[in-house]
Amino acid sequence: MSGVRVLVGTRKGAFVLSSDGKRDRWEVSGPHFAGWEIYHVKGSPANPDRLYASQTSGWSGQVIQRSDDGGKTWGPVGNKFAYDGTPGTHQWYDGTPHPWEFERVWHLEPSLDDPDTVYAGVEDAGLFRSADGGQTWQELPGLREHKSGPSWQPGAGGMCLHTIILDPARPGRMFAAISAAGAFRSDDAGETWRPVNHGLQSQGIPDPDAEVGHCVHRIAMHPSRPDVLYMQKHWDVMRSDDAGESWHEVSGNLPTDFGFPIDVHAHQPDTIYVVPIKSDAEHYPPDGKLRVYRSRAGGDEWEALTSGLPQEHCYVNVLRDAMAVDSLDDCGVYFGTTGGQVYASADAGDHWAPIVRDLPAVLSVEAQTLP
Amino acid sequence: MIRVVLPAHLRTLARVDGEVQLDVAGQVTQCSVLDALEGRYPVLAGTIRDHDGGRRRAFIRFFACEQDLSHEPPDAPLPEAVASGAEPYLIVGAMAGG
Repeated sequence: MSGVRVLVGTRKGAFVLSSDGKRDRWEVSGPHFAGWEIYHVKGSPANPDRLYASQTSGWSGQVIQRSDDGGKTWGPVGNKFAYDGTPGTHQWYDGTPHPWEFERVWHLEPSLDDPDTVYAGVEDAGLFRSADGGQTWQELPGLREHKSGPSWQPGAGGMCLHTIILDPARPGRMFAAISAAGAFRSDDAGETWRPVNHGLQSQGIPDPDAEVGHCVHRIAMHPSRPDVLYMQKHWDVMRSDDAGESWHEVSGNLPTDFGFPIDVHAHQPDTIYVVPIKSDAEHYPPDGKLRVYRSRAGGDEWEALTSGLPQEHCYVNVLRDAMAVDSLDDCGVYFGTTGGQVYASADAGDHWAPIVRDLPAVLSVEAQTLP
Repeated sequence: MIRVVLPAHLRTLARVDGEVQLDVAGQVTQCSVLDALEGRYPVLAGTIRDHDGGRRRAFIRFFACEQDLSHEPPDAPLPEAVASGAEPYLIVGAMAGG
């Protein structure tokens, strides 16, 4: 019988949650790498037993861990992330130039077809690639060296490259998103990049519709329709129907259009999910009610999903990499909170139940569908 | 034989219990001890000092013989008591919360 493995990164370690296809009883393993911040754990689509984890610490820096047995055992691989050449400066919060310095890996994106190839999005914003299972890392400097790079500035969480999307239909096309620079697209396997932010409007920057400077929180794509992108921006939920060439707002009737994650149903490319958060100053759900919002129309028309979620006194956040879907026939949806809960729905969001309630603050959630 | 004490997270990462004992060729300095440590445990490279330039990570401190050696030149000789193995060389995570 098929099953699901949910990979959870937290402030104090990684956890692996496993279930059969019913998704009503879960085994919990962990903490792995106890005491370290685990920004992201993700499995290879080509070999689900190959996992990569970003393990970081303010004291000891970056470690990358790899598992070849689905998370039962792990071993450290390469942790040297050296920018290509002299990296120069970006803008600091106060607008002054600040040297580009590696801080941590926010996101790991394994190749669609080669378990040994994996991309890493890092802070300060840069894109790295390993072709040897994480042993060595080389920067794809074309992104950081874009002419707009010196004007990029960090979001509140740092100047992180947090989203990497590989287009399954057009080899060589990939998307990256940076807080707070915006969305970028490459059509040549990451050699060269250009901003794709036309249509975004952001307050808090001198030119609200500037080419770069937008605090994109997350982008999602359905693999069957790679020209359609959905974006949760600092404020605004956005949609592009032309691979990022232009964006239009689809916030519609959401109670607030601030938030972090956005994801797409595994089998319905027009069904998308967000978790509205009150505001940039108050990072918790409006009215103390934890509600996932689902649109079945690709945006604009949203319904609140509340069954099984706390509807009073709830003041957690859901971070940008902390939502995922599985691809079982009845699509499973998962998200983790800064309060340490990981919620699961085995019916596309209609009903929710916590898998675990008391983990450290959840930084990332990924779901693997197993044969 | 040089005795080195690692912080708990780095002991876990290097898969060691208790003190690490190292043979250090030539003069015993912070740099030569860390070179020998990273040679024995490559996973520690980048976790105590930068890959490039060897700069101490901000929240890591070096102590020995009840002295803070964190700001001593990396090529300065370590105290004789460390070089002889009478006292350990302590690599410590700064008390910065967490």
